[in-house]
Amino acid sequence: MWYYEKKLQYPVKVTECNPMLAKFLIEQYGGADGELSAALRYLNQRYTIPDKVIGLLTDIGTEEFAHLEMIATMVYKLTKDASPEQMKAAGLGAHYASHERALYYENAGGSPWTATYITAKGDPIADLYEDIAAEEKARATYQWIINLSDDPDLNDSLKFLREREIIHSLRFQEAVEILKEERDSKKIY
Amino acid sequence: MAKQVPKEYYQLLQEIQEVDFVLVELNLYLDTHPDDYDAIEQFNNYSQTSRELKNNFEQQFGPLMGFGASYSNYPFNWGNTPWPWQV
Amino acid sequence: MSTNFKYWEPYISPFDPCPPIRVKVYSTPPNLYMTFQPTGMRQYKTAKEALQHGTLWPELFSPYPDSPKRGELDG
Repeated sequence: MWYYEKKLQYPVKVTECNPMLAKFLIEQYGGADGELSAALRYLNQRYTIPDKVIGLLTDIGTEEFAHLEMIATMVYKLTKDASPEQMKAAGLGAHYASHERALYYENAGGSPWTATYITAKGDPIADLYEDIAAEEKARATYQWIINLSDDPDLNDSLKFLREREIIHSLRFQEAVEILKEERDSKKIY
Repeated sequence: MAKQVPKEYYQLLQEIQEVDFVLVELNLYLDTHPDDYDAIEQFNNYSQTSRELKNNFEQQFGPLMGFGASYSNYPFNWGNTPWPWQV
Repeated sequence: MSTNFKYWEPYISPFDPCPPIRVKVYSTPPNLYMTFQPTGMRQYKTAKEALQHGTLWPELFSPYPDSPKRGELDG
């Protein structure tokens, strides 16, 4: 089971009311390489992955939910008091018509989240390589959003999230190393 | 309008975020380096510090964790604002 | 230590409609150069610094975006 903790992993501050940034950020909420996809991908794979790396998948999957909450906080703050006109001008008119200011698991183009974003091949190496690729794609998405954003406070949090993708990618690489290791051989660092 | 939290809330919360971040980082590291004695010692030290900081925070601002992982005051104040995305 | 960005010069046609970006850049973060993290790597001095950087280890920190003066190819 999980325990909820009433705190964000990293402080999220937003300088200005800018719903257009929310439209871009929603990519990391309900997009293919977003935090929801990441959390569900890892937590689902762990049931059939070798025991040695179940802990890692559980922990990274759990951290992804903390990142999902950070993205949600950004979107929430960027749109909380935006007028319908501002939403429309930000390209969120269609979103507003269907969801008002509610968050929705969709990508920046407005397509709803789908399970086809995540793979579970059952082969540990294939699954871990998928995870490494997912982390690199998420890192790239953060870069593109940082390029589009001129909000310094928001970018501070986005840089934190980008760095986490790098660490996760390294840990998945290490998981591959652990699984490919020949039995009875000593680990050499 | 609900009362806003004092400056101290942000300061204490950030200290917790800092310590807990080191714990996340060490936890992922130890998942792939289970024999690193020094890292385990550091992990346990930080775990202790985290508990102390949270006890102090919770006395002033209410429980951080649900389902009994934190004690409750009277009346039950788990559901009090602010929630993390609101502050 | 590895560099965090690499640069390349795409082919430029006289018929390209937009003003050319002469040098393109992409990220090559430190995880690409480390198969397995060695034990005992130097850590940031404080938890605050670690949180700010998004990692406990300076060697794994990857800045973004690239510093503005690095628009030109190295060398």
